Amino acid sequence: MDLTLRVWRQAGPEVPGHFETHEMRDVSPDMSFLELFDTLNERLIAEGREPVAFDHDCREGICGSCSMMINGRPHGPERGTATCQLHLRKLPDGATITVEPWRAAGFPIIRDLVVDRSAFDRIIEAGGYITAPTGSAPDANEILIPKEVADAAMDAAACIGCGACVAACPNGAAQLFTAAKYAHLSLLPQGQPERWTRVVRMVREMERWFGSCTNHGECEAACPKEISIDFIALLNRDYVKAQLRNRALAGQRG
Amino acid sequence: MAVSGIVLLGFVLVHMIGNLKVYLGAEAINRYGEWLRELGEPALPRTAALWIVRAVLAGAFVAHVVAAAQLTALNRRARPVGYRSPRDYVAANFASRTMRWTGVIVALFVVFHLLDLTWGTANPKFVRGEVYDNMVASFRRVPVAIAYIAANVALAIHIFHGAWSLFQTLGWSNPRLNPARRWFAAGFAAVIGIGNISMPLLIVTRVVG
Amino acid sequence: MGTVDLDPKVPPGPLAEKWDHHRFSVKLVNPANRRRFTVIVVGSGLAGASAAATLGELGYRVELVTFHDSPRRAHSIAAQGGINAAKNYRNDGDSIQRLFYDTIKGGDYRSREANVYRLAQVSVEIIDQCVAQGVPFAREYGGLLDNRSFGGAQVSRTFYARGQTGQQLLLGAYQALARQITAGTVRLWNRTEMLDLVVHDGRAVGIIARDLVTGELRRFSGHAVVLATGGYGNVFFLSTNAKASNATAVWRAHRRGALFANPCFTQIHPTCIPASDEFQSKLTLMSESLRNDGRIWVPARIGDDRPPHEIPDDERDYFLERRYPAFGNLVPRDVASRAAKREVDAGRGVGPLRNGVYLDFSEAIARLGRSVIEERYGNLFQMYERITGEDPYTVPMRIYPAVHYTMGGLWVDYNLMSTVPGLYVLGEANFSDHGANRLGASALMQGLADGYFVLPATISDWLAPLLGEPTVPIDDPVFTATETAVSERIHRLLSVQGRRSVDHFHRELGRVLWDNCGMERSAESLDKALGEIPALREEFWADVRVLGGEEHFNQSLEKAGRVADFLEFAELLVRDARHREESCGGHFRVEYQTPDGEALRNDAEFAYVAAWEWAGEGAEPVLHREPLVFEAVQPTQRSYK
Repeated sequence: MDLTLRVWRQAGPEVPGHFETHEMRDVSPDMSFLELFDTLNERLIAEGREPVAFDHDCREGICGSCSMMINGRPHGPERGTATCQLHLRKLPDGATITVEPWRAAGFPIIRDLVVDRSAFDRIIEAGGYITAPTGSAPDANEILIPKEVADAAMDAAACIGCGACVAACPNGAAQLFTAAKYAHLSLLPQGQPERWTRVVRMVREMERWFGSCTNHGECEAACPKEISIDFIALLNRDYVKAQLRNRALAGQRG
Repeated sequence: MAVSGIVLLGFVLVHMIGNLKVYLGAEAINRYGEWLRELGEPALPRTAALWIVRAVLAGAFVAHVVAAAQLTALNRRARPVGYRSPRDYVAANFASRTMRWTGVIVALFVVFHLLDLTWGTANPKFVRGEVYDNMVASFRRVPVAIAYIAANVALAIHIFHGAWSLFQTLGWSNPRLNPARRWFAAGFAAVIGIGNISMPLLIVTRVVG
Repeated sequence: MGTVDLDPKVPPGPLAEKWDHHRFSVKLVNPANRRRFTVIVVGSGLAGASAAATLGELGYRVELVTFHDSPRRAHSIAAQGGINAAKNYRNDGDSIQRLFYDTIKGGDYRSREANVYRLAQVSVEIIDQCVAQGVPFAREYGGLLDNRSFGGAQVSRTFYARGQTGQQLLLGAYQALARQITAGTVRLWNRTEMLDLVVHDGRAVGIIARDLVTGELRRFSGHAVVLATGGYGNVFFLSTNAKASNATAVWRAHRRGALFANPCFTQIHPTCIPASDEFQSKLTLMSESLRNDGRIWVPARIGDDRPPHEIPDDERDYFLERRYPAFGNLVPRDVASRAAKREVDAGRGVGPLRNGVYLDFSEAIARLGRSVIEERYGNLFQMYERITGEDPYTVPMRIYPAVHYTMGGLWVDYNLMSTVPGLYVLGEANFSDHGANRLGASALMQGLADGYFVLPATISDWLAPLLGEPTVPIDDPVFTATETAVSERIHRLLSVQGRRSVDHFHRELGRVLWDNCGMERSAESLDKALGEIPALREEFWADVRVLGGEEHFNQSLEKAGRVADFLEFAELLVRDARHREESCGGHFRVEYQTPDGEALRNDAEFAYVAAWEWAGEGAEPVLHREPLVFEAVQPTQRSYK
């Protein structure tokens, strides 16, 4: 099949960027989208031009490195699919495909399609953990966890930290990322002691870097792991509760 | 945003129900207007309750606008450099993406509406207390009727997103009931839209009044 | 070069008491003094993140260096199936002794007994630790942890989190790490790649790393250096490893004096999606757990082109069930891989390129229902569908073996210290506890055992005597000299300005290795590779084209350095395979097989760890041997029949 690629090129954070057009003739529909970029880069190198920089690693849809805005959608048109798992057979033959980086103040551009997503690490560092120093754990089966709870926590924990939610959000908000990590930990019994401090710290850190949610739902549609915005509701509820709650009573039931 | 929104939603609903008394005739709606002023008597002085409600409403309105402004500023800062190619939205709908504009339209309309039917400044035939006559006089003016209808379309669109969004913002989520939230918002928007639009429409077309 | 000390430092006493005894006998650092020690940890996967987090919790100062943009991206994240632990929650006869035995046997008796026993002991604590951190392992309706079985074992001891166990375990370690970053004990250096080890007076004292964004070279000085940089599977170009996985850190350490052990022990994973074309950039693994419910078969008749559902049961060959009735589809990876290769080589392969075998779920779906299969493997099926465009619920998957894991690595003693004092090596980067073949769900176990429990307990023995000694200043001549060497190499890569891309050479190298040193090896094929690799290396340095400069983000330059190191390392891998005149585990020499085609070990001559010493550019490496002594188990011919 044939494709026309319009790719964003930008030599550095402070330099203005532009689109560059490349005709990709006779590429195989079984190729992955990143292999299309491999092919393009081989060609650029052969022509003596610098290859396009893009983040990628596992190419199995789990590391969360890949981050391309493809025809106006993060990770392209296929639902629940990271860029690396998008195959050309899902694109119409002869189409023009425009690729640009995630755009958000919290994700400054490093080069071409590569952005710096360290702000996500800062949100986790602010409280996205359970304090359990090595060696201090009780037996793994000591605390029973209902299957539904474990499953829901896993649904949230499936987040790969790619940033598509921020990229997709018209507000550049990171609620879905934050909510996914928050919900993963706060649904589990082990996450209860730090629940109220966690929600406040994570939300405050998130607001330092990103916009705020107005419930467009675009993040859920873009998420390669199809994480539900129900978790955002949970984050919001707990954030409100955390302002009012007497935390000294957190050990009491009911 | 959500808490002030709920107050405003409640007001919009009650306001509409009250005004629909226009279909029961002049006496019914004029009596309703009088009742509002007498509300709380004799425990409270006349119009005191009304003024308390008005204060709460004004507070909610200001809070809503301020929060919206802050949110807009925050979100603008969050993406100072926008996408250079057209976005292909999947979930974000017309209502969610035009909240800012429908909100501004509704706010401007509220000012006009107060000038028109509360203070009467924008209504030459205004007579305090004559609710029925004031409404008919106002809505008989074609441009005014069109403005009312347009503003209420905007209001309905605004509510369509807002009445759903508030559940998310306040964390009222339960997977079993969540589909109902969309229906609730659509229903609320439809009721308000149809109810409010019917009055200027039926009056300007002389079906009523 | 008789100066190398290959003492494994295995503690005395009965096997079951060695670890306890050792923990009692090592020197300790008192809590108030720990902050006076700096430890450099390179790599943020399971081993690196868990080590850095735990050392931080203990109070040491940690510098964590990773070339990823975030520690969470490390390739541990892609492990799917699960993690083993001798919990015996199933009451099916499991025990520490049995996990130990299975691992030694699965590794074809080429690992160190004491290390493996410790691994089995610690496995139990790992699960406790991970659950406490909030790892959402699969549960039963009663709320207890669920288990599944895995290749090479007859018990269900594998804990899992859907098909994303590696992800969840890594996020657990990453979160613990994040907590320490906030606490200020760990400093994170992301997008920073280690390019050399600094050795001073025979001790590891620091590293030189490149800031991948600015290109600046940075010097890190510490009391100890910990490498947790993963395996070298990408030397084959096509493997299931992530694209950036590389051997540069361990290879550079090797060149600075760390011995490299058993590089020829590479694991081929039986269940990967077969390559579809020459543009293929990597291979994708389908978790081994699929073999729990999937049945592997090929058409019995050569050249049978009918679609799978039209081939009746009696015209199918379920070759694993036929040849290994006791373990069936759950034989260890090396056995399953070779069996598949044999069928494909015989012309019974399936798919457009006839390069796969079927993994069929129709029976399991009929027996358990589609929803159960979906619950167990949903994300794997989805991944398969995305890549191939075929629906595995209705059409059997096509699978074929691919390079997946490397058992070889830098040689370490019982304390996980390499032959360079002060240099520790964890996880897949060390020569590990897996011998010549690793069992499924054991890599995660080993990475976390090393990082959470072993290193934090043994490193104090090295640090305690250094109390009061400052780290070597970074303006010391040894740092300057090492940095100059790194910088010269970068200039050299940029100055060739040849005609061919880095990927071209990487692909070529991969082809040479896969053809000659892949699933089957022979003296002839290995000699051929030993001739081709140096020639390819020479061509690389004469004709590689690396564009762009060094003072900005330059992925071609990163890749060039890694491939240059692979081109050196590959020769050692082949040399090791050539010298090991036996078949064991993942190392299969066609000359040494039983009459029915199984690996034939030679315990009399090769029951040792082959540890290679760098002898300088162009010189043959020197072989050192650590004899393997088996006291608790007696090596036998492995049988899974």
